[in-house]
Amino acid sequence: MKVLMKGNEALAEAAIRSGCRHFFGYPITPQTELAAYMSKRMPKIGGTYLQAESEIAAVNMVLGASAAGVRAMTSSSSPGISLKSEGISYMAGSDLPALIINVQRGGPGLGGIQPSQADYWQATKATGHGDFQILVFAPSTVQEMVDLVSGAFDAADRWRMPAMILADGMLGQMMEPVTLPEEDGKPLPEKDWCANGHQDRREHHVINSLYLTPDKLEDLVVERYKRYEQVKAQEQRAEEYLVEDADTVIVAYGASSRVVRSAVNKAREQGRKVGLIRPITLWPFPVDALQKAAAHARNFLVVEMSMGQMVDDVKLSIDCKVPVHFFGRTGGIIPTPAEVLGEIEKLA
Amino acid sequence: MKDMNIVFAGFGGQGVLFAGKVAAYVGLIEGQEISWLPSYGPEMRGGTANCSVCISENPIGSPLVTNPNVLVAMNLPSLDRFLDAVEPGGTVILDSSLIDREISRTDITVHRVPASRLAEENGLQGLANMILTGKLFREFPCSPDALDQAIQKCVPARKAQMLDLNRKAVALGAEQ
Repeated sequence: MKVLMKGNEALAEAAIRSGCRHFFGYPITPQTELAAYMSKRMPKIGGTYLQAESEIAAVNMVLGASAAGVRAMTSSSSPGISLKSEGISYMAGSDLPALIINVQRGGPGLGGIQPSQADYWQATKATGHGDFQILVFAPSTVQEMVDLVSGAFDAADRWRMPAMILADGMLGQMMEPVTLPEEDGKPLPEKDWCANGHQDRREHHVINSLYLTPDKLEDLVVERYKRYEQVKAQEQRAEEYLVEDADTVIVAYGASSRVVRSAVNKAREQGRKVGLIRPITLWPFPVDALQKAAAHARNFLVVEMSMGQMVDDVKLSIDCKVPVHFFGRTGGIIPTPAEVLGEIEKLA
Repeated sequence: MKDMNIVFAGFGGQGVLFAGKVAAYVGLIEGQEISWLPSYGPEMRGGTANCSVCISENPIGSPLVTNPNVLVAMNLPSLDRFLDAVEPGGTVILDSSLIDREISRTDITVHRVPASRLAEENGLQGLANMILTGKLFREFPCSPDALDQAIQKCVPARKAQMLDLNRKAVALGAEQ
């Protein structure tokens, strides 16, 4: 039988079953159950759980562990992710894979502790300074949190870049039935670049993000951006729900996509042709799915728990061919299906 | 089972989150889609706590219940907060030992169960939540074993002695 698990705990167990044995964290609501779960499980399976002295320390421990070639992760919530952004930039600049989980809460500043999606820009545009991107996955159910974890680790390894799971307080705190994958026990992919002990049997591997020669640094960044183009071509994912004949296409991810799905069902009962595109990857953004829908939709409506941070990506994806509207709540408020239905009716 | 959007609400410590988890497991055992969403944050420390439980044949959209068709209220502030939101035709189950209030709405069914007093009188201290849960599944029947299995899932092994007390509490609630 399926088990009931909180999203936060499901993320932790899924990471363990994906071969992660190194977790470094620091408590913050609404993410803390994830770290608490790790603190119980890791010692029993020979893994490392470490509560660092700060978020910055924790993310730099992830950097070190990843440089040594092991699967490593950290988790936090919005203000903590801001602190981790330095380490994330360093990992991107060192081509290191890692998994970072953000269980978003209201901001800016310390903000609040209720669910929010106001870190979209941070996750997809600027998780730190410099020219770089990270992979960003957006689950919408507890089961999907489980399913995306191992894929996120694999993609991070494949492309040698940090990956983030962008969740929120609702998904982290809620319980739903889940089926957990069995750990297959297969060895993780070989990391022929890592800085582990080699007893002088090979050349040194250097893991570094400091390049004082501009030409060298430019070459590295340009190479990375060529890789990003491949990532964009290969990793985009979105769920399309009743989009095929839709006049109004709603774009929403994570917690708000659940609210939208309820509203779409109600709108369909009224005979309205409404569909939902739910980005599963926020970077790379699922441009292809949106372009396809723009061929027949008359309106797009973006629904977020923020002031509209995803709107620009939607407009750019469809070259503004169709009007893009926005409805959002912020500060920790979860919109209701009735509110979204009201917005749908306005567009009819 | 019929589709249920339940809010369990009361003081922190009365076990509303636990009761919600038991109800969620009943739905799961019955083969339904379910979700459980707690309130979290400062209100849990001495104030009011609540959780939303959705049980449905269909995938759950928003797990946040804003208009419950069932409200289980364990104190007056919780009743005050959620009563107006209960769907017309909905059901309120309340602990009448702690809530002394007339309800003027006539479009809902109200069940008054003196759960705290019954718990006190029957050696079931702290189990008013499960007495109300017993009443809940009396009014919205599940298969005979589902509630018992759900309790077994939710009572941790280190508190095995609580298993029979929980069973006694739901049985008592079902008689009300």
